[in-house]
Amino acid sequence: MTTQTHRRASRFAADTAFATFIALLMGFLYIPIWVLIAFSFNDSSSLSWPLSGFTLDWYAKLAGNEPLLRAIRNSFYVATGATVLTLLIGVPAALALHRFDFPGKTAFRRLILLPITLPGIVTGISMLNMFKLTGLSLSLETVIIGHATALVGVVVTQVYARLQRLPPSLQEAAFDLGAGPWRSFVDITLPNIRSAIVGAGLLSFVLSFDEIPVTFFLTGRENTLPMYIYSTMRRGITPEINAVGTIIVLLSLGLIILSVLMTKRQGPGR
Amino acid sequence: MTAIIELDHLSKHYSPAIIGVDDISLSVGDGEFLTLLGPSGCGKSTLLRMIGGFEEPTAGTIRLAGQDVTALPPYRRAINMVFQDYALFPHMTVGRNVAYGLKLLGCSELEIRTRVYDALKLVGLYDKLKLYPHQLSGGQRQRIALARAIVRRPKVLLLDEPLSALDAKLREQMQTELKRLQEKVGITFIMVTHDQTEALVMSDQIVVMEKGRIAQKGTPQQLYDHPASIYVANFIGTTTFLPGAVEAADQTTARIALGGGEIAANIDRPFARGERVTIGLRPEKIRILAEGETAANVLAGRVSEVIYYGLGLRLGVTLADGSRIFADLLLPDTLARSQVPPVGLAVRLAVAPHNVFVFAGEEAA
Repeated sequence: MTTQTHRRASRFAADTAFATFIALLMGFLYIPIWVLIAFSFNDSSSLSWPLSGFTLDWYAKLAGNEPLLRAIRNSFYVATGATVLTLLIGVPAALALHRFDFPGKTAFRRLILLPITLPGIVTGISMLNMFKLTGLSLSLETVIIGHATALVGVVVTQVYARLQRLPPSLQEAAFDLGAGPWRSFVDITLPNIRSAIVGAGLLSFVLSFDEIPVTFFLTGRENTLPMYIYSTMRRGITPEINAVGTIIVLLSLGLIILSVLMTKRQGPGR
Repeated sequence: MTAIIELDHLSKHYSPAIIGVDDISLSVGDGEFLTLLGPSGCGKSTLLRMIGGFEEPTAGTIRLAGQDVTALPPYRRAINMVFQDYALFPHMTVGRNVAYGLKLLGCSELEIRTRVYDALKLVGLYDKLKLYPHQLSGGQRQRIALARAIVRRPKVLLLDEPLSALDAKLREQMQTELKRLQEKVGITFIMVTHDQTEALVMSDQIVVMEKGRIAQKGTPQQLYDHPASIYVANFIGTTTFLPGAVEAADQTTARIALGGGEIAANIDRPFARGERVTIGLRPEKIRILAEGETAANVLAGRVSEVIYYGLGLRLGVTLADGSRIFADLLLPDTLARSQVPPVGLAVRLAVAPHNVFVFAGEEAA
């Protein structure tokens, strides 16, 4: 009887400890975001507790802040461009890596990964030198190219890993049932690597969206959102920035939901 | 019977040192169930994959219904394959998996629907039409793979170890089911397996392969009762081998001296006096003689081992020279267990001369 009570008590203690740990972890991850959201609706311009009242002023101000809006547009342009460019290069590269055996394949795989591990400053400076050499003037497009060099590695790794996990017999079965190389790719290979492509694309988008070091070196007169925020920060955090942050959190949430829907609609993966 | 597949001096050499298939010529009759049997690495899968178009031969030709298809890719051959891992498309339902090959043939929507229905009906899984492969059991997946392959009505169906992923009970059941299905659809089946029981149960013709070459081709009974070599006798069924020397021989019979006695054997080719030979004995063809009973061939020894395997007993009997042979004792009656010879008992074994295999040379063991 006593051993059973003991067991129950220790089980209760373990459960409580576990629940506390999860709560702390969640708090660590999400409390800062909730603070950000809360202050974006606070009617005082000083960021101090307690909150003084509800307002949508900061959102209204944001809507009238032309440089900020322009920075947001630029960021979307850069992130979209970098993602598309990365996918256009990365997916075929992963397919080639998977399909063909050639001398130096391992070296090629490592080299394609290297730019991810390089600090953004190094990528930024070296790209800046190269653009200067070739006489290309700096613009948002050069930023896109700069981002893509680092992000190609992300896409190649993700897509290549998925391809490696696909049984080779799947494509053979498609051949066997009358599909030529192109049909079998579209009908069989592509749907099975789609979630990897979507995932890598989203990751690229997000990484490009908040990238500062490479952008810093390669942008011309245009500013992206993180650069803009960084520059206004010198005058202190304003609730306007919190409002932008809140909008971005909501957009990310939308993006995540979209990606889940996109990868799920085609039915259960495995 | 007309030949549907003809292989003419077909070879696959990966490199001068690594030979997959070595100069194989083989003809497969229309509507036949042929099995390529052999241990792993004997080239049977490579041969099958060359017929399917998944591997390119380094020499020789493949003809399908008289037409040279050696250079054609898989999607231009009227051949379909059931893959070892089934290779069902995970992102498609059962129905779409089976319909895929028909869509590519350009069949009408109506024709696709009826043919998918017929194929799934044939394997008894029409109710699984809307499920995804991962929602099916191994045996069901196997049948869907089969339905997907035969729905295109190929001239030849290739099966790469189709039952190896199933558990023993299901495998046994699928053996007869596959055989029945093959007879029903009348398509030529070429199957690869390393399981001799599977080959014996299902095939019309068996090709035993050894190191990229054909060791022997024949009906299951021919292979079992008249193995052409020690390799074949060893691979199909259980055989005890004993070294010996020919004492006397005429056209049809020979007397062979063994270390532990002497034995008479029927032969179908000439042997010289004094030639070193290996004889092969099947445990189930050896009888234990009762007290006072006589027979043509008698070998005396002592029981050294008794193995119980449900259906009966296998006795290990050590002969005078220390060599050991196995003899099976069926137990049709549970009470007969009291007659089981104990270890150490002296026994006399009899084997009819036509049940003794004689192979030239010594066993390469």
